[in-house]
Amino acid sequence: MNLPGSGILKGMAVTAVNFIGSFFDRAHAKRLITEQYPEERPTLVETSRSFPFLVFDGDPEKGIRCTACKICEKECPPQCISIVKAKDANGKPILRPQIFDIDISVCMGCQICVEVCPFESIRMDNIYEVSAYDRFGTLVLHKDQLLKSNEYYRQIHPTEAAQTDARIEAVRVKKAAAKAASAKAAAAKAAAAQAAQTQPEPAA
Amino acid sequence: MSFHPHTSSFNGVQGAGALDVSLGPQHPSTHGVFRMNVRMEGETITKLQPVFGYLHRNHEKIAEANSWLGSMPYTDRLDYICPITNNWAYARAVEQLAGIEVPERAEYIRVIVGELTRLQNHTVFLGFILGDMGAWGSALMYAFREREKILDLFEWLTGARMMVNYMRFGGVRCDLPVGWLEKARAYVETYPAFLDEMERLLTGNEILLARLQGVGILSGERAINGGLSGPVLRASGVDYDIRKVDAYGVYPRLSFRIPRGTVGDCYDRFMIRLLEARESIRILQQAFAQIPAGPTLNPAVKQRGFKPPAGEAYGRIEGPKGELGFHLISEGGEKPYRYHVRPPSLINLTLLEEMCLGTKIADVMVILGSIDIVLGEVDR
Repeated sequence: MNLPGSGILKGMAVTAVNFIGSFFDRAHAKRLITEQYPEERPTLVETSRSFPFLVFDGDPEKGIRCTACKICEKECPPQCISIVKAKDANGKPILRPQIFDIDISVCMGCQICVEVCPFESIRMDNIYEVSAYDRFGTLVLHKDQLLKSNEYYRQIHPTEAAQTDARIEAVRVKKAAAKAASAKAAAAKAAAAQAAQTQPEPAA
Repeated sequence: MSFHPHTSSFNGVQGAGALDVSLGPQHPSTHGVFRMNVRMEGETITKLQPVFGYLHRNHEKIAEANSWLGSMPYTDRLDYICPITNNWAYARAVEQLAGIEVPERAEYIRVIVGELTRLQNHTVFLGFILGDMGAWGSALMYAFREREKILDLFEWLTGARMMVNYMRFGGVRCDLPVGWLEKARAYVETYPAFLDEMERLLTGNEILLARLQGVGILSGERAINGGLSGPVLRASGVDYDIRKVDAYGVYPRLSFRIPRGTVGDCYDRFMIRLLEARESIRILQQAFAQIPAGPTLNPAVKQRGFKPPAGEAYGRIEGPKGELGFHLISEGGEKPYRYHVRPPSLINLTLLEEMCLGTKIADVMVILGSIDIVLGEVDR
């Protein structure tokens, strides 16, 4: 049997080691020390996610990737996305959102919208200072607030953005190849038709 | 705490007087918004009635209105201390329902993140139960320090510290990032030293022994009849672990032991977490050594617009708190017809009164802490 109280003393030794050690563990490798938040900011890991944003290439109006297909609106578990398709001067719907709103007071950052988007147009941001004084209105992000360039996306998620760019490039190459092939086929067909026309009619 | 004398109980008791106390729902030791109506004779508990539902948020009904995939992020919010195992249980239930194969690498990743979750759950348990005994401070801070390091690993892997939304039907959402496995392995190597530190700090402490030993004894027979599971059941001496019983995933390939208690008191429930954490480290080391290369998601499964065939399935895993099961009924549509959760915390709580009767009011907190509940899961 140990001396009575020796267990407590042993425990106190542990706290003493931790207390004194915290003065020498400058790298914070073993003992995490409170970060002085507004002055010291943590470096976020690359995969870190918070709220979604819309990616555009080049021009924010013309380069918008979103085609207002509304898949993310339908799949969003808390239903925080609201989309209205744009219409041209004749009232014909065009493949672009007129309104694209995300209520980030409802959004839970699950990134299901990112996974279901077939056009690689919605991606996760890593902003975290989005507090507002007004409960209503300011927490609903509109299209112009949500639109961010592909360069920004490459900056915050380099690996993921590289994969996305590769996929888009592959699709573009494939489409170009298909277009070239179909153009070639059309040309061949036209040539064949011309050849058939120029051939003398067989005598009946 | 609010006190009001219960008039009907005064007769018959000389001098002492019965007192009804409403403990919670905001008391720091009740682990969230949990309330107990306690009747005491002096300081001894004669009746205890748990009051549930302060954190009810319609989890099951929301799931029935959502797509199959759309319920995955909501499962994170059941037991918010260990979201990954909740994901796992739901994914497993759906996989059973639709008969989906999971690639081998994904199964290993699931075991690795699941056991890391168990480590961090048991670690914060050690901190919280000390808090319940009135020792807010060192133990809780040390526990949270280690949990922080595991959460950093989760953030690197999934993008979020707690609301991970990581599992998918037939695998996991993304593969391990480059360097993750090495970092996790290096971290797990340091873990036994931390557990040793915790043991030096706590297990020999005379005050802790006095507060835990012989308090809240639960017999194995009663634990089985009450439907308890997890560490609480094993602390009462019952050898029942779903990892062994169901042998799901790749657990049959990993060698580990199931620690059991002998007395079934709070001290056994405390020690069983320490021992299980050590077994988790063994499992992790084996999984790190065995993990193969390969795909992490079954490509045949369509996540969006997922429609399992009509039928019924119950999928369960050994969560850090006990048997976590999902009972799903499908009619073949895009939404589940019925979605039911079997949360370990709620069912483990049902015998709280039995454990508390005859003990002092200060022990109620320790007994509640030793069950290890999370209100997100109890109230759903």
